[in-house]
Amino acid sequence: MSSKLWAFVVPIVSVIIALLISSIVIVLIGQNPIVAYTALFRGAFGSKLAIASVVIKSTPLILTGLAVGFGFRAGLFNIGAEGQMVMGAMIGTAFAINVAWMPAVFAIPLTMVVGMIAGAGYAAIAGFLKAKTGAHEVVTTIMLNWIAEYLSSYVVTVPMGVGFGTPKSPEIANSTKLPPLITVQATELTSGIIVAIIAAIVIYIILEKTTKGYELKGTGFNPYAAEYGGIKISQNIVLAMAISGALAGLAGTLEVMGVHHRFLGTLSGGKGFDGISIALIGQNHPIGIIFAALLMGSLRTGSNEMQFAGVPKHIILIVQAIIIFLVAADRIVRTMFIRKKKVKVS
Amino acid sequence: MEKAVELIQIVKRFPGVLANDHVDLTVFKGEIHSIVGENGAGKTTLMNQLYGLLRPDSGEIRIFGQKVNFKGPRDAIAKGIGMVHQHFMLVNTLTVAENVVLGSETTRGIIFDLKEAQRKVEKLSKSYGLQIDPTAKIENLPVGMQQRVEIIKTLYRGAEILILDEPTAVLTPQETQELFSILRKLKESGKTIIFISHKLNEVMDISDRITVMRQGKVTGVLNKNETNVKEIARLMVGREIVFTVQKPQAKASDVVLRVENLWVKDYRKLDAVKGVSFEVKKGEIYGIAGVAGNGQSELVEALTGLRKPEKGKIFLLGEDVTGKPVKELRERGMTHIPEDRHKYGLILQYPAYYNMILGRHYVPPFARGDFLDQKKIQEFTAQVFSQFDVRPNNIKMLGMNFSGGNQQKLVVAREMSAKPKLIVVSQPTRGLDVGATEFIHKALIELRDTGVAVLLISMELDEIMSLSDRIAVMYNGQIMGEVDPQQTTIEEIGLMMAGHKFEEVRRF
Repeated sequence: MSSKLWAFVVPIVSVIIALLISSIVIVLIGQNPIVAYTALFRGAFGSKLAIASVVIKSTPLILTGLAVGFGFRAGLFNIGAEGQMVMGAMIGTAFAINVAWMPAVFAIPLTMVVGMIAGAGYAAIAGFLKAKTGAHEVVTTIMLNWIAEYLSSYVVTVPMGVGFGTPKSPEIANSTKLPPLITVQATELTSGIIVAIIAAIVIYIILEKTTKGYELKGTGFNPYAAEYGGIKISQNIVLAMAISGALAGLAGTLEVMGVHHRFLGTLSGGKGFDGISIALIGQNHPIGIIFAALLMGSLRTGSNEMQFAGVPKHIILIVQAIIIFLVAADRIVRTMFIRKKKVKVS
Repeated sequence: MEKAVELIQIVKRFPGVLANDHVDLTVFKGEIHSIVGENGAGKTTLMNQLYGLLRPDSGEIRIFGQKVNFKGPRDAIAKGIGMVHQHFMLVNTLTVAENVVLGSETTRGIIFDLKEAQRKVEKLSKSYGLQIDPTAKIENLPVGMQQRVEIIKTLYRGAEILILDEPTAVLTPQETQELFSILRKLKESGKTIIFISHKLNEVMDISDRITVMRQGKVTGVLNKNETNVKEIARLMVGREIVFTVQKPQAKASDVVLRVENLWVKDYRKLDAVKGVSFEVKKGEIYGIAGVAGNGQSELVEALTGLRKPEKGKIFLLGEDVTGKPVKELRERGMTHIPEDRHKYGLILQYPAYYNMILGRHYVPPFARGDFLDQKKIQEFTAQVFSQFDVRPNNIKMLGMNFSGGNQQKLVVAREMSAKPKLIVVSQPTRGLDVGATEFIHKALIELRDTGVAVLLISMELDEIMSLSDRIAVMYNGQIMGEVDPQQTTIEEIGLMMAGHKFEEVRRF
């Protein structure tokens, strides 16, 4: 079987196996898995509102998934998407609060660019440290995550904070809010999803069609050969971290522009870390990542309905964990298939 | 004559390959029996079955007439079989005696008896002429001596049948001769020796009989006295092989590469290259001979921009390029066939056509602006593939799925087709069989004749001797002397490889 086909088969088979194993858990806690999964499905796709919620939940996940996946392709493990997302949202908000005078045609793209630059710059710190000193990006990005978290708590309480109760920034200018695609009841499905899909396509083109993509992937696969081929490793590390950070920063900015309309501090809810799982399930392929994010988004949205049906929604964490385990260890799935096939003699 | 080893109709199958296809092998007691064959002919697989590392799918193994069924090397050792691997299995920080007895230590009660171990090793080394100091530490011994320790180890464990897997690959010509005299002594004392090699001259020198293998089958069993190198090569490859590299006189002219008093440190920050100077001219092959680990790798890395030199100057076409990055050196017309094709030469996860443009991926016709031109890249690769006969002819196959020989051809093809002015060639035929070696040698000569300057670094003395127009010998980071291959001998070069200066050598 070709490797392209495998890239589809492995995640799909993993999802099925994960649902089967989780159904045993559901049976063990005395519930009916068929009822649970029906509710899960209805919760995710049963109504327009449900579908809109899935898309809204998936949008930032696509971008953080792309951020981590792009890093992986270049041989970097960017655990800092969380912090980069916060920085993007924070600085994007600071910009968006102050540009009420600007028409939306300029204000919307500019806010996105500012958020991306913020995320890129923040991630580039880790890239620079790796290129210059060899400090591992896993360590530095985790440290940068904490810096971002505390910095944002401070910013949202003191300099930017308004009102009482939950720390929050003022609302961003109307000209920087993303226009909704459709409005279902009180839920606005914003155009952020389109930006996320465009980002995935752009990343795909960079990776597969450009000389830069050739260099970045080559460095990821074999840095020695890349260096031998005249590719400047340290430059590429910084660049790859910056692109990865830009995607995470965009994720944060879109949350502000499309969903919350203000900066709420560190309430990204671990979406940066979800990016790691999504990149894994999507096999680091931009298009695969879109589907992985949609899968994750629909599991989460549907889980509320499952809870109403009497099955704890945390079951989806088990599903999610098994999917990741199987995809990460895709040799297990492969071996199960290959065992059954006769070894061909070439 | 008593049969020491009988392998009868051995079949060993790996996924996708028939590694041993009904192989028969008979080795008589007290003979030196060589097994020769191309890479992947199944020699090592066969020996691993004899040593108990692998179990045959079918067939029978008999040792001194007795049928055996080895479950592991332990069983084989118990039957008197010993194997000296290509990569030594020694503990560097322990002494010779400690290494020899490791695993079956001499004891007094529960206490390790070092004196007894030393006495036993001394006795063994005396009786077989394997002079060695039992108290010396392994890390202080030259490679040839370490190999002796390996041999003593097998004898200590009571080996009657010794298997040596490519034992000469790491030795100087002198060390090889010493090894051969040891092997002859072992033979006189009744030991049986199985010698695996692809160096046919050595095989002709040492063997009594020779078994030739090709593609998992035995293609001939020959008596040394009734055969010659040509016949063995034909049986190995399946066609005639031209051994003497045919080359017209070099028309060397302008200096392309000039190296002045170059000093380079290795990864441990120790001096590896200590003040080397030489010149390579247009249209000549300049060979650097030497035993592995005498600074050649560091020299190549410094020349090709992979490592910064400490001191000294490198001039390419008259311009100072000391410490310049790889990209600039490539743009100035230097290409490089690296010694380690897996580490440097290829991105194994990339398809062949992406590997074929490494180093030129950003220039037309392979790139249009910032975008790769997939069509041009694939057309170019297809053309190079047929020109260099890379097999299988599938440019989309991943680098890792090509055989070693064809991976090397990929690298050679890429670096040669980049129209270099200087090509730095390091170990171009390491691990390649005679057919692929012949091909690469021819290609290097052709390149030279089109006016390219070739710097050839090789541990294979035959290769250096037959290809080079001038030869320098490196030892311990220095050049011991420069000789004309027409006016030198293997012995002279061998002495320089062992650390004698050219002037001393000529005085001998």
